[in-house]
Amino acid sequence: MTDPIIRLSGIDKFYGDFQALYNVNAEIRTGEFFSLLGPSGCGKTTLLRTIAGFEDVSAGHVEIAGQSMDNVPANRRPTNMVFQSYAIFPHMSVAENVAYGLKARKMPKEQIKTAVEAALKQVGLAGYGDRASHAMSGGQRQRVALARALVLKPKVLLLDEPLSALDKKMREQMQSELRHLQRAVGITFILVTHDQEEALTMSDRIAVMFEGRIGQLASPQELYRRPVNREVAEFIGVMNFLNVSVTNGAGGTFDCEIAGLGKATIPAEQAPGGVDASVTAGVRPEMLTILSDENSRSEREASGIVQDVYYYGDMTYYDVQLDGVDHPVTISMRNTAGRTVLSRKDRARVGWGAESVLLLK
Amino acid sequence: MKSGTWFKLYIGVFLIFLYAPALLLPVFAFNDSSIVSFPLKGFTLNWFNVLWETEALHTATKNSLLIAVSTAIIATSLGILAARASSRYKFRGQKAVMGFIMVPLVLPEIIVGVSLLVVILQMGFDLSLWTIVLGHVLICTPFCVAILSSAFLSLDQSLEEASFDLGRSKLATFWLVTMPLVLPGVVSAMLISFTISLDEFIIAFFLAGTEPTLPVYIWGQLRFPQKLPSLMALGTILLILSLTLLATAEYFRRRSARKTGIEDAGGFL
Ligand SMILES: Nc1ncnc2c1ncn2[C@@H]1O[C@H](COP(=O)(O)OP(=O)(O)O)[C@@H](O)[C@H]1O
Ligand SMILES: [Mg+2]
Repeated sequence: MTDPIIRLSGIDKFYGDFQALYNVNAEIRTGEFFSLLGPSGCGKTTLLRTIAGFEDVSAGHVEIAGQSMDNVPANRRPTNMVFQSYAIFPHMSVAENVAYGLKARKMPKEQIKTAVEAALKQVGLAGYGDRASHAMSGGQRQRVALARALVLKPKVLLLDEPLSALDKKMREQMQSELRHLQRAVGITFILVTHDQEEALTMSDRIAVMFEGRIGQLASPQELYRRPVNREVAEFIGVMNFLNVSVTNGAGGTFDCEIAGLGKATIPAEQAPGGVDASVTAGVRPEMLTILSDENSRSEREASGIVQDVYYYGDMTYYDVQLDGVDHPVTISMRNTAGRTVLSRKDRARVGWGAESVLLLK
Repeated sequence: MKSGTWFKLYIGVFLIFLYAPALLLPVFAFNDSSIVSFPLKGFTLNWFNVLWETEALHTATKNSLLIAVSTAIIATSLGILAARASSRYKFRGQKAVMGFIMVPLVLPEIIVGVSLLVVILQMGFDLSLWTIVLGHVLICTPFCVAILSSAFLSLDQSLEEASFDLGRSKLATFWLVTMPLVLPGVVSAMLISFTISLDEFIIAFFLAGTEPTLPVYIWGQLRFPQKLPSLMALGTILLILSLTLLATAEYFRRRSARKTGIEDAGGFL
């Protein structure tokens, strides 16, 4: 594997007495699409700005491409930023905006012109160079901001919630365009977002942040399948939580009694944080099955009452109150041909397996 | 009667008291009589000719213009520095410092004039046009700070960061991004300082050495009743000039606010 393009080690950040980042450590790989995901106010923008050089770190180091950034100001770092507000210069045309950084590098005029045109083409704005930038729509401004940063061929492109201001349709289109663009240019992207779906669909790897700390750094699949704690599990997708009592924890497995489901022996790798009194069992909605036909069977079965049914055409979501549990669990079922859809108040048999249960702290 | 009617009446009376005296200036400036009183006699441009031929008036005008231009440039530059600092950085004693800068706005000019006079003489400087500039800068700077603060505050800070991020130095960022975007505020501040300085009397009266400014000259001429109509003519010119400058300031501000799509970049009118 190649060296990481960015190495963050032991970063603390204080604003006065308020600590915004706590001992952040991470390595970002060359050429990957990396996301910083977390609820609003958890410190994503702060971390991005320390990488860009807009904020000094209170402790720790940022290293980019093997170089310490300790005394390197933002204008000499090999990073460029797409701001949340896009920060398009309103008194310049689209082409002047894109040429802005190249002019600072004293590139010859002809070369600038060619580079600007190529960059605009890359973001789908060919021929828009002479437009006044303030006359562009939100989506177009964002493309200008992208072109303005990419034309400088930075080692890392930093994007702060670039899609949050767009409407849903535009956002989905830009998600796939950004992904394609990243592959085409091969530059490392670091995207800040609070939208877990956006992070899951776009990223190679994701750092999930809570209150100034990285909770977990992993691939989307790993985050979804093997969240390291309850906080991450709750933030990524839907997770059902059930009380559990661990009766025996010897020999790399845990013997458990899970409320509403029953007994199971769970391997230690499904308990990433270890086991203590605070541990709960977590099960994803698609890992539980509604056994709606007489002759459908599962390795393990539990039973409950259907409380609500949400029919989506291709999928049905059930809220089922398992016997002996006071809150419903969500179960999702694909509506394959011939599968019966239960209704409210029906008694449901629920199939499950020990391999789909996580023990989380 | 509805309260709205009273309010309109009040506004009407208010506007008459405010502007009617000024409107008398042009009326008597063109009146063919050396006595300023009704009934009007006839139309003449004679009083403007008199102005043209008065040598001392020309000197006074030159003095005033020199002072007003210097004041506008210095006060606006100081305003830019103060407004930029107060809108971008938080520092200890910021409120107090900004408060002291704004105080001359409400200080009686006679106090400013007298105290400056005492200080300047004590320090052993001679009175000159530059001492007047000093006094005018003092009273114009608060206006500039007020106008420019709102211009700087309405400037999206990420624009400056973007420029820095794209490889420009802090200084280049200031000239290429900050200044063009606050330029309407700068023009506005300059024109208003210029206008204030041009017709300021009390400070100029105290701090003038041997060279009078235009208002000081006018005041000196008021002793001679026969000069009154030509002073009316002069007043008319000054009135039109002031209005034109203020209107220009406002026009530039609005036009550029529209052009850049920035919400109200800080005007005074
Ligand atoms: N300049 C600042 N001064 C003081 N506190 C700040 C500053 N910038 C951010 N914060 C605080 O730091 C925390 C993290 O902010 P931020 O990084 O913007 O969060 P996010 O981008 O994840 O929403 C927030 O509680 C915010 O109030
Ligand atoms: Mg943010």
